Amino acid sequence: MRIAVCIKQVPDTEARLRVAKDGKWLDEEDLRFVINESDEYAVEEALTWAEKTGGEVVIISLGPARVQEALRKGLALGAAKAIHLVDEAYQGGDARATAVALAAAIQNEGADLVLTGSQSDDVGYGSTASLVAGHLGWPHAWLVMGLEVEEGGATAKVTREMESGMNEVFRLTLPAVIEVQAGINHPRYASLKGIMKAKRKPIDKPTPAELGLDAASLGAAGSHLEILEIAFPDSGDGAQMIEGDAAAAAKELVEKLQKEARVL
Amino acid sequence: MDFSLTPEQLAIQEAARDFALGEVDPIVDEYDEAQKFPMDVMMKAGELGFLGILFPEEYGGAGLGYIEYALIITELSKIDPSVGISVAAHNSLGTNHIYKFGNEEQRQRWVVPLAEGKKIAAWGLTEPDAGSDAAATKSRAEKVEGGWILNGTKQFTTHGTVGDVCVIMAVTDPSAPRHHNISAFVLEKGMDGFRPGKKENKLGIRASDTAEVVMENCFVPDENLLGEPGEGFIQALQILDGGRISISALGLGTAIGAFETALAYSKERHQFGKPICQFQAIQFHLAEMATRIAAAEILTLSAAAEMDRSGKVSQLASKAKLYSGETAVFCAERGVQILGGYGFIKDYRAEKYFRDAKICTIGEGTSEVQRMVIARNLLRGH
Ligand SMILES: Cc1cc2nc3c(=O)[nH]c(=O)nc-3n(C[C@H](O)[C@H](O)[C@H](O)COP(=O)(O)OP(=O)(O)OC[C@H]3O[C@@H](n4cnc5c(N)ncnc54)[C@H](O)[C@@H]3O)c2cc1C
Repeated sequence: MRIAVCIKQVPDTEARLRVAKDGKWLDEEDLRFVINESDEYAVEEALTWAEKTGGEVVIISLGPARVQEALRKGLALGAAKAIHLVDEAYQGGDARATAVALAAAIQNEGADLVLTGSQSDDVGYGSTASLVAGHLGWPHAWLVMGLEVEEGGATAKVTREMESGMNEVFRLTLPAVIEVQAGINHPRYASLKGIMKAKRKPIDKPTPAELGLDAASLGAAGSHLEILEIAFPDSGDGAQMIEGDAAAAAKELVEKLQKEARVL
Repeated sequence: MDFSLTPEQLAIQEAARDFALGEVDPIVDEYDEAQKFPMDVMMKAGELGFLGILFPEEYGGAGLGYIEYALIITELSKIDPSVGISVAAHNSLGTNHIYKFGNEEQRQRWVVPLAEGKKIAAWGLTEPDAGSDAAATKSRAEKVEGGWILNGTKQFTTHGTVGDVCVIMAVTDPSAPRHHNISAFVLEKGMDGFRPGKKENKLGIRASDTAEVVMENCFVPDENLLGEPGEGFIQALQILDGGRISISALGLGTAIGAFETALAYSKERHQFGKPICQFQAIQFHLAEMATRIAAAEILTLSAAAEMDRSGKVSQLASKAKLYSGETAVFCAERGVQILGGYGFIKDYRAEKYFRDAKICTIGEGTSEVQRMVIARNLLRGH
């Protein structure tokens, strides 16, 4: 079984963020990047099922040169190969343009199953993988908390979290795109041997032409969505600090919620 | 001169950091208080290759050098100096002694399981009456048919109670000249007449296991002798050269841990209407700590690089160990000061770094002994 995992590199959630001069993205200087949290769980899930079915994991990421570090980590954890969509034409796209590129790379690899995290910790659109599934014409599941590959990879049983704490369990046919949530498993640590082996594993960097793609449909050029501005919200003056011991403060808070905010 | 780390070295550093945060950080305070040895953490560290960093792959190791080794010990020690010293002692003392001076059979028999992390190594040189003056060793090994009978007590042995395999230095020929009368033997847990003595109740690095080991008419077969008889003390000195890089990395990690704790606190704690990091007095503490840490890091890594390059590192390792050890104590003390009363209680780690740091100026040669080694070289011929 060939399992592709799409991962994204995002700013460390603990990093102090600054808006770039053009006001449209973050200032990336001195910013630490890490693998998006739920994507780490997708990598673990992929490695687990590849081990159980005697298959192989391919890690795919679209992004600038720095993304190589995240791909190397995936290789160190046990993936066989990585694909880095690093060509300038791929960069700066919206979720749709990114999905076009990812779908082509997945098809090119002949993957039987695609795993990703459910949402990126930076922009949080939560739509890229559904668009990938759309482009491939494959079934798709979001917010997955349990996965069982069945019948040697013909189908998969998926457990999803619904509203109000209920679970939904269903079966879908493979190939499919499955988006997992953080917490679905315990991601492994990279071992020293894994890190040294990763050095010798291939990272392919296919161009749009090699994937049969028209550069005009990719990246910023192929996007329908344009970021106009990112900014921290103005700090309002509506906040009230409630002083005093916990019991008295709680009482006052309830009163305010009832009488002033009228939400209780 | 290029000080940058390779992508693999950065990945190794990150792997050690992830492991320390995920597996060590949650248990630090409980294990410190209870003086409990984190065997489960050590076993997990073994699975990732941290117990065989320095040994070639054919002996079950990761086949890396002292730079990678120092990076890992530093990362572990940032979170818990106890785990740092345990991983260090296992790698660079016990296992390394057998690897460097053992024959092929001995390497297969002991280095492989130790490097794979299936067993824990200890190393016993220090004795009640032979500390800084290690050549004053009294433990005795007498030749008998097929082996040696060992008697004596080793003091302050890291992994004295939890170790499976222990390298012991003992006098084999009392009539031979000083430094040429001692031999090194491999002893194993469960041998008749070999047992842990008192486990020490310590100021710091309380989760690491430090104990006496006692030999009472313990028969050790000939095949457990490392190298030639009489070479044990010289072997031990060479092992300590690498060991000093360990303590240098331990000191560096401890200093960084104390610094980061204090830096974070100084941004949160408000007095006189502002965060205390805005007071110049606090800023000067932080700047001084950061500068000494930077110097300790360069010294540690340059000693490690020299070890990988030439293996001749006695001077540099002593300087690195001396400076990093004292930097750990300095930063841990300033750390407590920055936290004020909260540095004095156990709710914050500043207090623990303060206690843990002190081992760095004592273990594997005190600061005084390092100065002696450095000065002796400066004044050679005078
Ligand atoms: C937690 C811990 C773990 C340890 N682990 C190990 C281990 O795994 N294996 C092992 O073999 N040992 C181990 N040791 C022992 C350690 O290496 C010794 O404690 C150290 O070498 C100092 O010896 P000592 O304690 O006997 O002090 P002493 O040698 O008695 O020193 C007392 C004081 O006198 C000073 N001094 C001594 N001689 C001189 C001199 N000539 N000139 C100036 N000053 C001098 C010292 O610097 C020190 O300040 C460990 C110790 C501790 C505390």
